[in-house]
This record gives sequence, structure tokens and C-alpha cells, in this order.
Amino acid sequence: MDWTALWLTFRLAAIVSAALLVIGLPIAWWIAFSRNRLSFLVEAVVGLPIVLPPTVLGFYLLVAMGSRSPIGAAWTRWTGHPLAFTFEALVIGSVIYSLPFAVQPFAASFASVDPALLAASATLGASRWRTFWRVVFPLSLPGIVTGFALSFAHTLGEFGVVLMIGGDIPGSTRTISISIYDQTQALDFAGANHAALTLVLLSFAMLCLIYGLNRRVWAVWPFK
Amino acid sequence: MPILSRPPVASFSLARIPRLLLIALFLFPVTSAAQQTSQPVTVAAAADLKFAFADLSRDFQQQTHYTLRVTYGSSGNFFAQITNGAPFDVFLSADVAYPEKLIQAHAAVPGSLVRYARGALVLWIAPGIPVDPSKDGYGVLLSPSVRKVAIANPHHAPYGRAAEASLKKAGLYAKISPKLVMGENIAQTAQFVEYGNAQAGIIALSLVRSGRPVAGKLWDIPMDSYPPINQAAVLLLHGQSSPAARAFLHYLSTPSARTIFQRYGFKLPAAEDN
Repeated sequence: MDWTALWLTFRLAAIVSAALLVIGLPIAWWIAFSRNRLSFLVEAVVGLPIVLPPTVLGFYLLVAMGSRSPIGAAWTRWTGHPLAFTFEALVIGSVIYSLPFAVQPFAASFASVDPALLAASATLGASRWRTFWRVVFPLSLPGIVTGFALSFAHTLGEFGVVLMIGGDIPGSTRTISISIYDQTQALDFAGANHAALTLVLLSFAMLCLIYGLNRRVWAVWPFK
Repeated sequence: MPILSRPPVASFSLARIPRLLLIALFLFPVTSAAQQTSQPVTVAAAADLKFAFADLSRDFQQQTHYTLRVTYGSSGNFFAQITNGAPFDVFLSADVAYPEKLIQAHAAVPGSLVRYARGALVLWIAPGIPVDPSKDGYGVLLSPSVRKVAIANPHHAPYGRAAEASLKKAGLYAKISPKLVMGENIAQTAQFVEYGNAQAGIIALSLVRSGRPVAGKLWDIPMDSYPPINQAAVLLLHGQSSPAARAFLHYLSTPSARTIFQRYGFKLPAAEDN
């Protein structure tokens, strides 16, 4: 059992879903409340990673991170090392890949908040920032939890993008899905089954916990 | 010639097609074995054969009037797909082990194994890297300007195993291993160098003989520094009653096929010892 790969994968998923909270909430806010006629364009762009096959998305990311692309060259100048085949590359790739899985539930739950409450908050003198934290955020919490859990789960099972930009380096870019794939390729089906079962059970427990908390904290509280 | 080999349905009027389909549906279970002769040979081919196959299938079609339908991929994936009933007639692996295991697993026809070529390794240095492999050979990998060295995954890719063996024999493996990145197959390994993500790569010679000019520098890795990458083909159960599939296996050892393999960077297979 490749525990290094499993730990790496959970670390990646945690960082990516936390980053998507920070990046995704403002984007979702803008999509849900913008009066700009062209906001549908942003919504469409955010949805694109669902359309592109992961290996194709990974291929474009690989090209973008290469020394011949301005982005890749700028990163090397800035950090002193190339971006591809690093843990940071996986984080960036996964954030792009899982973006719609966070932003869409966020935006849907923002849009379902009663506008009268927003108006009431504004007439009582609350700033937009305060309205967000005191009115919109608590009312959309189920959608935010869903988006967080979906992006976490989506990153856990990610394969194509990591395959293309990771380079299969143990301890830094070999995720559990890559490790399972390597085992099946080496015809070690028992090892692959073992790792896949562990991944499924841990993910199932994790998702149960998140969705259980989301319904009612007491649903998953063991001591009553 | 292509007009003649087209199925006759194409020359009938469109209105008759539904009835023909209905008849075909009824006849299908009875005639499927007989129809196989006119159907293309379905071939599962290792990724390093990609460029050679355009010429191979044209030449094979000219000689026999049979056609090929080729799918490229990693030999390990094909092994799993074939043992689970994938409808391929012939499997061209990048090594000998997978075809042998398919025969053991009763998924391939015993005695049909053909060694068709031997792979060769080449060191590819990306353009703009200030090292000269024609002078320093493998030594260039120690240069600080080479940050990442791409090889195919040695756990399951034959070219990766050979690359690892060759680096070990040169006494460089321990020093190079922090620089190694692994491609899932040899074509992906080449991609890492092509787009400048790795500064050097150990890849199949057949992949730089695509006909397109290659940017950067190449160095032929001495063939005695790694165990031979024998590549073997095998007739699968799905194709055992197809004369076209048998014809293709036979074709692989003909002089005209070997000329094409050599043109695309393969060596002649080692003398068969089975």
C-alpha cells in the first residue's frame, strides 16, 4: 500500500478545495449578482473544464508550463525552477480542473437567497461585505459545503491532468490514482485493488462526514 | 482499387437500406465468421509504432488487399483489455512478456508469437540546452542546465526498463535519479521534452524518426548498455479464424515490412530462440 501517495493525494485535495473557497466564492458572487450583460460568458468559461477531457486539459497545461511558453518562462524566472513536475503544478492544475465543481454550487446557492433579505440588510445600513457574511453566507452554507466537498472529492479521484503534468515523482507528484494505474500496468492487480478499496473507503467516510454535518451536526455526533 | 474493395451496400439505393439492415440483422449470427474475411484486421499496437504504421498499413494493403484498423496505446493497458475480451485480432506489444502472458492466459493463439523488431534508445536533448551529447555522451545529464530527465516508467514500460538499466550500467543512476520524471508511455515521455518541460529524455529511436525534423540534439545510446527491447506480436483469439489477421502476422517478418521497421528506427529482431 502506497501510503505516501495516499497522504499526498489528501494533502493536494485539502489545499485545492481550500484554495477554491478563496477563489471560487468571489467568482460565484459575481456570477450570481452581477448586472453585467456579459456575465454569462464568465459562467461559460468557468464551466469549460467539465467539457475538456482531463488529458486534453492536462496537455494544454503542460504546454503552458513548458519553457517555450511565456507563462512557463515567467514562472522559472520568478521561482528559479520550472513549474511542471512539481506539487505546485498539481495544485494549479487541480484548481483549474475542479473550478466548476466549486463555483457552480456556490453560485446556485447565492442566487437562491431571497433578494428581499439583501435589500433589507442594505436598508439597515449594512455594507455589502457585512451583508455577505451575516446574510448570504449562512443561508448558502449547504451549497458552499457541497461545492467544497465536490471539489475535494473531484481532486481525490483526479487522474488525467496529474498524469500529463506530474511526471510520476514519488512523494511529490505521484498521487494515489497514478499509483493505482502504475500497479495495474505492472499487472499487480491485487495491489491496485487494495489501494483502490482504501481510497474508496476513506473518501466515502470523508463525504459521509461532510454531508452529515451539512444536514445536522447531530447526525454524525457519536455521543448523545 | 479502393472502389472495388468497398462493401456492396454503398452502390444500392438508399431506400433499400432499412430492409437490408433487417436482413443483415437476421443473418448476422450465421454469417459473422464468414464476413470476417472482408472486415479490417483490428490491431492493438504499442505507442512506439505510431509513425511506422502509416507505411506498414499502406504496404500491407497494397500487397494483400486486406485493410488494418489500428489502435495505439500502452502494452500494459492492452494486456488488461485483451484478457477482458477486447475485440482485437492482433496485438503488437513493445516487449515479449505481454504476448507470452496472453498465450498463458489462453487469450492468444499458442505458437503464433512473432518477434517483429527490436527497439533502440536515443538520448534527446531539448533545443537551447548548452550541452553536447555527441562529445560527452551520458555525461551531459550531470550538467546543471539539465534539470529534469524524462524516461518512461520502468515499472511497466519496456523502454523505461531499458533506460533505467542503461543509466545503471553507466554508473549514473544514483546521481540522476532526483532529476527523473516518468512518462506513462514512451510517447508521453517524448512529449515532456518536445514542449520543454524536461531538458533531456531517453526515448525510442522510432519516435524521432517520424519524418518531421527534430529540434535539439540526439545521441544514440550504445545498444550493449541495455538488455534488448525485443518486440513481439501475437494472434489473439478474436482473430484466430480471420485469414487477414494471419496474413498480417506473416507479413510482419517479410523483407518489405522489415525495411519499413528499419526506416522508422527499429533494429532487426534478435534471432528467434523459441
